[in-house]
Amino acid sequence: MPDTLLATAPPDAAVIEISKLSTRFGDHVVHADLDFDVRRGEIFAVIGGSGSGKSTLLREMILLHRPDAGSIRVLGVDLGDIDAAATLALRLRWGVMFQHGGLFGSLTILENIGLPLREHRTLDNAVVDALAAEKLALTGLQPEVGAQYPAELSGGMLKRASLARALILDPELLFLDEPTAGLDPESAGGVDQLVRKLRDRGGLTIVMITHDLDLLWQLADRVAVLADGKVQGIGSMAELAQMDQPAIRKFFDGPRGRAAQEQSKSPAAAHQAAAPRAAAPRAAAPQAASIRS
Amino acid sequence: MAVYAEGVALLGFIGESAVALAGCIAHPSRMRWRPLLSNIGSAGVNALPIVGLLSFLLGVVVAYQGSGQLRQYGANIFVVDLVGISMLREFAPLITAIIIAGRSGSAYAAQIGTMAVTEEIDAMRTLGIAPLEVLVLPKILALLIVLPLLTVFADLCGVCGGMLMARAQLGVGFEEFFERFTNVVSVTTYLVGIGKAPVFAAIIAVVGCFQGFRTKGGADSVGRQTTRSVVQSSFLVIVADAMFSIAFSALDL
Ligand SMILES: Nc1ncnc2c1ncn2[C@@H]1O[C@H](COP(=O)(O)OP(=O)(O)OP(=O)(O)O)[C@@H](O)[C@H]1O
Ligand SMILES: [Mg+2]
Repeated sequence: MPDTLLATAPPDAAVIEISKLSTRFGDHVVHADLDFDVRRGEIFAVIGGSGSGKSTLLREMILLHRPDAGSIRVLGVDLGDIDAAATLALRLRWGVMFQHGGLFGSLTILENIGLPLREHRTLDNAVVDALAAEKLALTGLQPEVGAQYPAELSGGMLKRASLARALILDPELLFLDEPTAGLDPESAGGVDQLVRKLRDRGGLTIVMITHDLDLLWQLADRVAVLADGKVQGIGSMAELAQMDQPAIRKFFDGPRGRAAQEQSKSPAAAHQAAAPRAAAPRAAAPQAASIRS
Repeated sequence: MAVYAEGVALLGFIGESAVALAGCIAHPSRMRWRPLLSNIGSAGVNALPIVGLLSFLLGVVVAYQGSGQLRQYGANIFVVDLVGISMLREFAPLITAIIIAGRSGSAYAAQIGTMAVTEEIDAMRTLGIAPLEVLVLPKILALLIVLPLLTVFADLCGVCGGMLMARAQLGVGFEEFFERFTNVVSVTTYLVGIGKAPVFAAIIAVVGCFQGFRTKGGADSVGRQTTRSVVQSSFLVIVADAMFSIAFSALDL
């Protein structure tokens, strides 16, 4: 099915088109006439201060929340007037990694990962388990983890497992909510590496919400800065660094912003791009280690 | 105003659940049997001891309270009418419903509320699994099946309690008790009591699940919604019982 859909869409077509999006909670305006597009195959990041409406925006893109006005088109489908069958069809074409994993506490990790297959495909249990184990390995988790329950895993392992579940139906579009938040530098580095690996496999568009400057500098093709209900600027990190709206400067002018920027320019960054941040270079540069405290 | 908004939201939830139920009846393959059976186990089988004990004690108390009055008039045998009719018609269905509201309704709210807080409900939706079908329908159906059966069990235990007390306090023997019981307590009395149980079941399950879904924020919210589910379902059960009384008296049942 994805093949035919890919064939009908032009290769550089927008995967997500958002126009004039407005969201309110009571009197509190979260988004006011927000516009942006996400192109096929890119890693697109949304950043913004706390409460700027990033999570709400994500929830609107994945059909968990209805905007008050404006339109969102995802994979060519308008989310405004969508029926139950189309909703289901669309949901099977994207994967979502939740901030806290969103894994089902009553199922083991392997059952969690295989659940979408059990629900939506008619496959033997053995086949489902094999496919789930494959995704488990892809996200760098040990096979033993499959038999454990979410409560027994660390935060980093939960995110990997959640990512494995998001990938089980081989989606065209992947949403990541704070993929590295709350992780130690080593695990965060692992997640970076994982996202890079996914991008390099090709064909996948990734939309992520993040505060992680390293992740932004090293992985994001384009970044949208959200503030005051609008997109204040959009472009690569290098382009954003040249803009001078105060809402954007915040991300570049703080000590952490400068450190991440320096690191991305330093020769070490070229090395890191090939072998993404690992614990070792991190420990060697005390300043870099403090970026993500 | 808040009550009004909550009432509207509850009606909306009932509507959605009804649509999901209709969908499952139209496509029985969508029915989730495993959660249904496990809910029958946890809400029904595991509740037998507490329901049995409390209704037995209730039967004892009713007979004991009545015995003083009845003995004054020498109308000892009427304890059978008192225990039989009051237990079967009113007390057994009500005490069962209140116990289950406190036991299962609160568990439903806590389970769904916790899942809402840990993003499991959102995850379920994004995986294309309808939370209503997986979490709500099995609970409603389980209680619809279990509560009438528990009520029958409560009838039995309550009458046993009354019977013991009748012999101890009023010297009404078991045989005497039985004979009068079969004469004065009609099948209608029994059915009127049992007939209320499915309505109470629907109230408890729907309110418990509804409050679970209304959980927003953190762990303290789970506690709050759980408390609300118990208070609201107990309240609504008693209101429904009062309406049944009015309806039955209008119908001369
Ligand atoms: N369900 C809701 N009801 C009422 N207000 C809400 C709701 N969800 C979000 N908000 C409000 O909308 C605003 C944006 O919230 P959102 O969670 O999208 O922020 P965010 O950018 O993700 O912040 P953070 O970086 O802290 O996660 C906040 O002010 C929040 O209080
Ligand atoms: Mg957020």
